[in-house]
Amino acid sequence: MTEAAPVIDGWFTTDSQPALIGRRCPECGTYQFPPTGEWCPNPACLSAVMVDTPLSRRGRVWSYTDAQYKPPPPFVAATEPFEPFAIAAVELRPENIVILGQVASGYGVADLHVGAEVELVIEPIDGSRALVWKWRPCGD
Amino acid sequence: MTEPVAVIGVGMHPWGKWGRNFVGYGLTAARAALDDAGVAWSDIDFVVGGETVRNGYGGYVAGSTMARALGWNGARVATCYAACASGSAAIEAARTRILAGLCDLALVVGADTTPKGFLAPNAGERWDDPDWLRFRLIGATNPAFFGMYARRRMDLYGADPADFAMVKVKNARHGLHNPNARYRGEVTAEEVAASPVVCDPLRLLDICATSDGAAAVVLSSIDTARRLGRGDVRIRAVSTVTPRFPNTALDLPDIATDSAASVAAPDQGFRPSIASAAYEEAGVGPDDLSLAEVYDLSTALELDWYEDIGLCAPGEAEKLLHAGDTTLGGRIPVNPSGGLACFGEAVPAQAIAQVCEVTWQLRGQAGARQVEGAQVGLTINQGLFGHGSCVILSR
Ligand SMILES: [Zn+2]
Repeated sequence: MTEAAPVIDGWFTTDSQPALIGRRCPECGTYQFPPTGEWCPNPACLSAVMVDTPLSRRGRVWSYTDAQYKPPPPFVAATEPFEPFAIAAVELRPENIVILGQVASGYGVADLHVGAEVELVIEPIDGSRALVWKWRPCGD
Repeated sequence: MTEPVAVIGVGMHPWGKWGRNFVGYGLTAARAALDDAGVAWSDIDFVVGGETVRNGYGGYVAGSTMARALGWNGARVATCYAACASGSAAIEAARTRILAGLCDLALVVGADTTPKGFLAPNAGERWDDPDWLRFRLIGATNPAFFGMYARRRMDLYGADPADFAMVKVKNARHGLHNPNARYRGEVTAEEVAASPVVCDPLRLLDICATSDGAAAVVLSSIDTARRLGRGDVRIRAVSTVTPRFPNTALDLPDIATDSAASVAAPDQGFRPSIASAAYEEAGVGPDDLSLAEVYDLSTALELDWYEDIGLCAPGEAEKLLHAGDTTLGGRIPVNPSGGLACFGEAVPAQAIAQVCEVTWQLRGQAGARQVEGAQVGLTINQGLFGHGSCVILSR
């Protein structure tokens, strides 16, 4: 078997303290995710350099929901038959950015509320060995 | 204030799941609008189409597809794509050409045939396309975003799913006698509550379907409208604004918001700024409205719009709903047409359909769903990737 690898290159680390990789403008300090921007999104800044930087591993839930029906392709379900999963949008500080992700397996909407603290984890995205980031409730 | 243009003709092809080519629907709507305006197709000198992205090349060039279907007449042509805001972008193209004095009579058409189920991205592997990635990496459908917006109302304002159901019950009643609506039947709160959860807290009956349908309008200068004896309804404003950086509310289809680390978020978020720009251009305010057609992609989203168009303060929408203010006969009826709850969404046609409804209301031709004495109406929606869409019309 091949080693488990991120489903997409360069968006997150997979070490014991995994983090999303964003970009930060060295001129004005604006962050960006995903790390694909080649210029600063701040209209008052003309920087054409954005530097990769790990983002905060913990944040607070901006909102959340779940998928009770299987989303259409290109989504690939982890199991057959489909098992519902939860989704959370999480606000990170000091980046002041909200980032979407699935909620870690084993957790559902009942484990969440707006403002709840969550932590980044890395889990298989589907039945394959590909990995993706997810948000795990800290149980506050 | 901007000089108005006149809406001299409106027409629609009924919404449904007809399964036919979108061009036929568009042709029906266009001919109905021309007939309503009392002008011949040969007199139209500008035709604009709302683009549909799920119907091949003919959909990408919807303006010329409609011109060819009506029979080439030499008119100038444009096609607009702004996702759900495509229809108002098309109206804006026609309005500005009229105001510039470059066009006398313009026809705007939007038509669509939609697939069953969730709206999904186009096929193929596109690892640099955020709309594709949100499905591939997260499984975040459109209803997932609506679910998150609805949940914020509950956790921040104490809203209840029963409030959301009440919006559906209201809109179903409004659309009962609308001949162009796809769903024309009463819906009870119990039926909403018994429908399956799609994206918590939203249930199947909280979320709008996707439909086939078409809508068209004929626009002209006020002088031309007077000459034709059809100067009654005027477009006072069209707002197609984009967000201001940093946009800190998570918008469809993005995986992340802008960062507000270096620049504070603007006082006004994107959605309220869409209406503000229109109010400013029209020289009216929320208190002047007789009715509003808002984009109820979900029941809870209709409540967000009450606040975003200034009918009440944030967190007060449920109160407005419970007081009956937004029901036909109330202070400011919202979605007298029945809204997307009764239509389902036909993307490039929907914003044009909203303008058709307000036009009928202002003329007093809306039959059983008529808002008494309607003087000013507003339509609003928002297209993916930062497209504002708001039109204010008056008698
Ligand atoms: Zn910068």
